[in-house]
Amino acid sequence: MSDTTTEQSDSLTNERPDRPTDDVELAVDGLVKRFGGITAVDDATFEVESGSMTGLIGPNGAGKSTTFNCITGIYEPDAGTVTFQGADITGIRPYQCAEHGLVRTFQIAREMANMTVLENLMLPAKRQRGEALWRSVLPVTRREVVREERELLERVWDTLEFFEIQHLAAEKAGTLSGGQRKLLELARALMTDPEMLLLDEPFAGVNPTLEKKLLEHVHELREEGYTFLIVEHDMDLIMENCERVIVMHQGSVLAEGAPEAITSNERVIEAYLGGEV
Amino acid sequence: MSANTTANATDERTRLEALWERDAVKIFVAFAAIYLVYAAIGLALGYSLDGIVNTLRRMTYLIAVYGMVTLALNLHWGYTGLFNIGVAGFMAIGLYVTMMLAKPVDPTGAAQYPGLGLPMPIAIAGGVVAAGLAGLVVAIPALRLRADYFAITTIAFAEIVRLGLTSGMAQQFSVFGAELGTGGGRGLTRNYGDPMNVIFELEAFSSFVDLTNALFGFGPTQARALAYSIVLVLVLIGFYWLIQRTSRSPFGRVLKAIREDEEAAQSLGKNTNRFKIKVFVLGCALMGLAGILWRFRRTGVTPTAFRPHVTFYIWIALIIGGAGSNTGSVLGSGLFVAVLFEGPRYVRRLIEEVVTVGDAPNTFAGAVGPLLSANPAPFLRYTFEEFLTLQFVLMGVALVLLMHRRPDGLLGHREETAAAIPLADRPVAETGAGPRPGGTDSDRGGDSQ
Repeated sequence: MSDTTTEQSDSLTNERPDRPTDDVELAVDGLVKRFGGITAVDDATFEVESGSMTGLIGPNGAGKSTTFNCITGIYEPDAGTVTFQGADITGIRPYQCAEHGLVRTFQIAREMANMTVLENLMLPAKRQRGEALWRSVLPVTRREVVREERELLERVWDTLEFFEIQHLAAEKAGTLSGGQRKLLELARALMTDPEMLLLDEPFAGVNPTLEKKLLEHVHELREEGYTFLIVEHDMDLIMENCERVIVMHQGSVLAEGAPEAITSNERVIEAYLGGEV
Repeated sequence: MSANTTANATDERTRLEALWERDAVKIFVAFAAIYLVYAAIGLALGYSLDGIVNTLRRMTYLIAVYGMVTLALNLHWGYTGLFNIGVAGFMAIGLYVTMMLAKPVDPTGAAQYPGLGLPMPIAIAGGVVAAGLAGLVVAIPALRLRADYFAITTIAFAEIVRLGLTSGMAQQFSVFGAELGTGGGRGLTRNYGDPMNVIFELEAFSSFVDLTNALFGFGPTQARALAYSIVLVLVLIGFYWLIQRTSRSPFGRVLKAIREDEEAAQSLGKNTNRFKIKVFVLGCALMGLAGILWRFRRTGVTPTAFRPHVTFYIWIALIIGGAGSNTGSVLGSGLFVAVLFEGPRYVRRLIEEVVTVGDAPNTFAGAVGPLLSANPAPFLRYTFEEFLTLQFVLMGVALVLLMHRRPDGLLGHREETAAAIPLADRPVAETGAGPRPGGTDSDRGGDSQ
């Protein structure tokens, strides 16, 4: 384990190829979400740098998942703004969010259980012409759709290869193990050709071997220029792998900074160990 | 030597199994079995040839109609997970609009309502479009609802249509100065020519009449009915083709994803509402067309033809065949019609043929009472008298057994491919080691070796 840690910290210092480092990919400003009398997210403000891997941590009920849901359009925030690559995306619909290049995975993997792994991965590709009913039905345009499908299938196989899950291609997604489903979710999110990935507890319930593999994939992708925001409960994992950490507590941002600064932050320690959780 | 024969036998077996895998073969074998059983019973009872062929013809007609609607429902429920229990309403709109458009402008006779006097093909197209539009009207507000509330909306809509047709309110009305009418509870009479006349008046059709006369001893009416059934089977094949193509495409893939997990599909960039509306409208239009073809040759139509049990028949057919499978939908319709719908009637006729059934008691008490004195005859006679009511009991039992033993139906393993190409094996890249055709994004998403 310690070996991989040094390797990973090496890769963290690598220069990201195609992006200036001081770019802000995602900015959340004064986000508020109430459910009846409960304020789940209370004036949360933070930024995620382009090409970075940022961790979002906090005790249970801190509002992490609700924040994710507000960013990706599943919930409409009561106040505040969400800006992605300079564009205001507050309150947009989930599918529009993905069209912008901001794609999420879910805390509990939500694979399409009765579809095969291949079908799961062919689904997300953007701008599929065959998604127009008439093109898929009419004989002349159908030929074009078939050609596009062949190209897409090639891409899907490349992705399967990258995640080393070719052997699962024809399986129904519902028969995969918990860890394999998490891999599939990540792979599926990548098939949308995103700019930034929001991963909601991607390592929960994943065995250590698969976790290591999943982490390697994430690092590899980060080096290719993707931005990551990761919600995770495993503090060590976040501290070892993220260059920036955001701590949420009771709906707002408690602390923000480099892992070392966070581990020594007294308010964070109090929130996790002693304070009113 | 014996080893050789065993090898041959297994070889034969795998070949047969491979053949059975083909959908067309499954349908053909099942239908051949149904028809053979019916024909054999008819022969055993000494029915005339034209009687047997006519029985089979009637069954074909019913299977074709049920098959069409079940395929359309499979598109809604089997593929997309839209719980539509208002099927009868959309069928009613199709047929009624078609008749209202086709009826002559100047009615003759007191009980007649005027129509627009349009030619038949335009009237049919109008009926299909109207059913589709009705689907749109239901879908736009209702698809925001949760699945169960959506179901309630659809059945409420179907009942509104039926009761609206029954009420005198729209008995006769005018649109842009043109007089129209639904006829209220008395319904509409077809006071215009047979809608199939386009075919019946063809030169070639008279030789078809001669042919059926020579083969089965059919008269012109029976020949026309046979031609009608054949046309319906052709339309059924068209339905199958259309829906198969729809489901095996990127469009169908999104439908499947909506059924599996709509929210996840949205997070992957799919505007699921648009897909749901499109597929709902398409399915409703097809239901409308099936409704038209079902009854447009009859002398008239009343709203009672579209009571909710029509919808539930379709659902039974879909459940038997297996939701999610188009082949299953057709197979389910065949079994539903042959065993549950026509079966009891046929058996009843069979019994009448073999034994003379005496007068049945008038009440259930009168039927059960003699059982106490070990006299089952009145009970059996009573049962026989109520045979058609037993049909519903039979359907109930079949459903319970099916839910218990085979909840997926016969073919509903949800294994139909949701892509425009087969996904069996990894395709071999023709260009060998060179860049792959779809490689524009593979440098990001794929292996960057």
